[in-house]
Amino acid sequence: MSVHVEPVRVYVAVFLGLMVLTGTTVAVAFVDLQAFNTLVALTIAVVKMLLVVTFFMHVRHSSALTKVFIAAGFLWLLLLMAFTLTDVGTRNIPQQPEGWGESTTTVPPPK
Amino acid sequence: MTDAASAHSSQHPPYLAHHFTDIEQQNESGTLGMWLFLLTEIMFFGGLFASYAIYRLRYFEAFREGSHLLNVKFGAINTAVLIGSSLTMALAVRAAQLSRRKAIIAFIILTMVLGIAFIGIKLNYEWSADYHEGLIPWMGFHVESPNAAGVRLFFCFYFFMTGLHALHMVVGLGIMCVLLHMAAKGRFDGGYFAPVEITGLYWHFVDIVWIFLFPLLYLIGGRY
Amino acid sequence: MSAALAEAPPETRVHYLNADYGIKSWLLTTDHKRIALLYLGSVTLMFFVGGAMAVMMRIHLIDPAGALVHPDTFNKLFTMHGVIMIFFFLIPAIPAVLGNFLVPLMVGAKDLAFPRINLLSWYLYIAGASLAVYAMVSGGVDTGWTFYTPYSTSYAHSQVMATALGAFILGFSSILTGLNFIVTIHKMRAPGLTWFRMPLFLWAIYATSIIQILGTPVVATAILLVGLERLFHVGIFDPAVGGDPILFQHLFWFYSHPAVYIMILPPMGVISEIVTCFSRKKVFGYHFVAFSSMAIAVISFLVWGHHMFVTGMSVYAALIFSVLSFLVAIPSAIKVFNWTATLYQGSISYQAPMLYALGFIGLFTMGGLTGLFLASLATDVHLNGTYFIVAHFHYIMVGGAVMAYMGGIHFWWPKITGRMFPDTWARLAAAIVFIGFNLTFFPQFMLGYLGMPRRYATYPAEFQVLNVMSSAGASILGIGYLIPLVYLFWSIRYGPIAPPNPWRATGLEWQTSSPPPTQNFEIPPVVKEEAYAYGPPGSELEDAHD
Repeated sequence: MSVHVEPVRVYVAVFLGLMVLTGTTVAVAFVDLQAFNTLVALTIAVVKMLLVVTFFMHVRHSSALTKVFIAAGFLWLLLLMAFTLTDVGTRNIPQQPEGWGESTTTVPPPK
Repeated sequence: MTDAASAHSSQHPPYLAHHFTDIEQQNESGTLGMWLFLLTEIMFFGGLFASYAIYRLRYFEAFREGSHLLNVKFGAINTAVLIGSSLTMALAVRAAQLSRRKAIIAFIILTMVLGIAFIGIKLNYEWSADYHEGLIPWMGFHVESPNAAGVRLFFCFYFFMTGLHALHMVVGLGIMCVLLHMAAKGRFDGGYFAPVEITGLYWHFVDIVWIFLFPLLYLIGGRY
Repeated sequence: MSAALAEAPPETRVHYLNADYGIKSWLLTTDHKRIALLYLGSVTLMFFVGGAMAVMMRIHLIDPAGALVHPDTFNKLFTMHGVIMIFFFLIPAIPAVLGNFLVPLMVGAKDLAFPRINLLSWYLYIAGASLAVYAMVSGGVDTGWTFYTPYSTSYAHSQVMATALGAFILGFSSILTGLNFIVTIHKMRAPGLTWFRMPLFLWAIYATSIIQILGTPVVATAILLVGLERLFHVGIFDPAVGGDPILFQHLFWFYSHPAVYIMILPPMGVISEIVTCFSRKKVFGYHFVAFSSMAIAVISFLVWGHHMFVTGMSVYAALIFSVLSFLVAIPSAIKVFNWTATLYQGSISYQAPMLYALGFIGLFTMGGLTGLFLASLATDVHLNGTYFIVAHFHYIMVGGAVMAYMGGIHFWWPKITGRMFPDTWARLAAAIVFIGFNLTFFPQFMLGYLGMPRRYATYPAEFQVLNVMSSAGASILGIGYLIPLVYLFWSIRYGPIAPPNPWRATGLEWQTSSPPPTQNFEIPPVVKEEAYAYGPPGSELEDAHD
């Protein structure tokens, strides 16, 4: 519970910042940056999120515990995506690197 | 009996629940509880975001094509509307901190108006247009393209994610009705404004989800 | 203080059970102790429903061609057995029964942080359980508790939606319970109760609650997508239109692996309480046990792929999950070492709770070690989908979790009811459970190793002897579970009245009367000593807890 009363100008400044960032992300989308389009869009989204979290949600005045919990939440989402990608991203890699010989063992057929 | 009652109320304020030792403990517990709930929401939406990310990586061209069928103008307007509602919500919390009853009511109403505007724009300009263009996967989906299957998958995620988001907004609006009622009765002041703050946290979270949904759905792959 | 507590017998003293009467006082209660009893009744009922399905399966499997039911019905039996036991018994049991009852007492508070949300949790449980039972009686569901796609989304004609919805709602109940515990432990500890003076049961509950918060929503997403897919047939998991059925498995197991730690961490907490009390010794390596609970909570989220080694995963991804799965065994092993070291040179007595605890240590170790066979890629290819897996998780869940649950129920029974149970009958039941359990599940390790697949209604004749042994064991196990039902009920009316601290245990819950008053403590407690401050026999510390 924050007992700090944020001045109105701080909220308005954050709001304006968020507007500018929204405009920027739309504008950049119309520019051909290949792979960087995604990176820029996501970076801007993260910055916007940080603004909302820090100022609108009063996290800059919150306890360390709150900050740890929030960080944990995003970390866990990252873990979900990253570890799932280890499977999805490596499915079609040839299992046997080139240059390895053929198997020389033969398994007898079951009786 | 009156002695006991007055002694009771002098011991602790009426908004302090009996199992808490003081109002600070109650407020901190409430805020922590809401943050924990928001953590679950991060993972809930996160599961959908993760699935979306995986399919996008796999069907990049199809998802780009699907994204281009969305209306960036209304997406951007809605983003502005929702961010505006976050501003008004933050101002509502501030008004509660300063015990300004009329301001609390005004800002909550403003927040609700903007929230309803968001949903209205979605329903009226985006989803109904999507229906007429045959973009709803289970209602006459019709896209002429070699990537039609992937585009269909894109729109599945589009509707699931924005639909879930809209549902969360409707719930938020419902909670705000309750808040309005409490504010009108003068229940909030500098000593007790936890419900407003906690509702604010929820509403800002809904805003953050959209902050990510907008670029990921409308702008991916670029609009060049 | 102890004299004042002991003076008024439960009939004349006002406590949480007799403070108010009538069905409304129970169904609209916000007292965590009453809510715990509401859960006790519900989970016990679900346990026996799930158990009945297990009995039917074991009878069916006496004959290689199947003795009891049609193969489709068999599919429904193992599915519902899994759904009910996992979602409606194992996940809620210790947290919602023992956790709800004990957490406020152990932290020295009057109630949990959010008592009304606690009641809501129970109603959500009932709603979910009702849906599951409805699904059961209106055709059943045959997808396996794992709901694998695309069978569950495109082909199953059974009550998938109802069951999935039931599990979804149960997830909310689980989340709210975990949320309540985390906030209570952070914000409502009594003066002097620092983190490292808390009983280890609280550390276990805390770690469990973290898993519930971070994991459950993802399975909610998975279930939601299955539901949407069944409703709209859009093809998210249908390979024919580009969907990925394995994606469902990722979302499902991201929760369901940590879920098994939701099911085992609270039992581990119970064991820490019982082993210390009945060895009259403080736990060996308190910090190691506490941190190992947190380590399990974190690492458990990184290993889910080991359920998917045979789904076409590349060896690189499998490697990562395999290594991490070996890693997650370490904190569990640390606990076993620490409990053993606690027992060493302790003054050990063998009342029923201790028998259950000792059984847990042995059987959990066996179950855990067999997990390593499954974490190892090469052996998992052979053992996946066989009875080896069934035996592995039943050793942990039944030989471990259920035994710890029984031990905990017995240990805290005098606190909950104000009555003692007959220890001779309790020890007999514990012994019957131990024998029945091993006879049921040890043959299943052998069956799995020899290649008998799981979830099959028929099997090659050469496996019959082991199957019959397993079924015989199941009947003994069933008797072992029914006996406590009888004497525990009996004890509520006719059992000897329990003093505040019949086991002379440490912990704040034993510093109040049995049963406790509604507000838990007559005087809010202040903590001045470390956890498990047991002393040698005849010492001051020994007598101080009478």
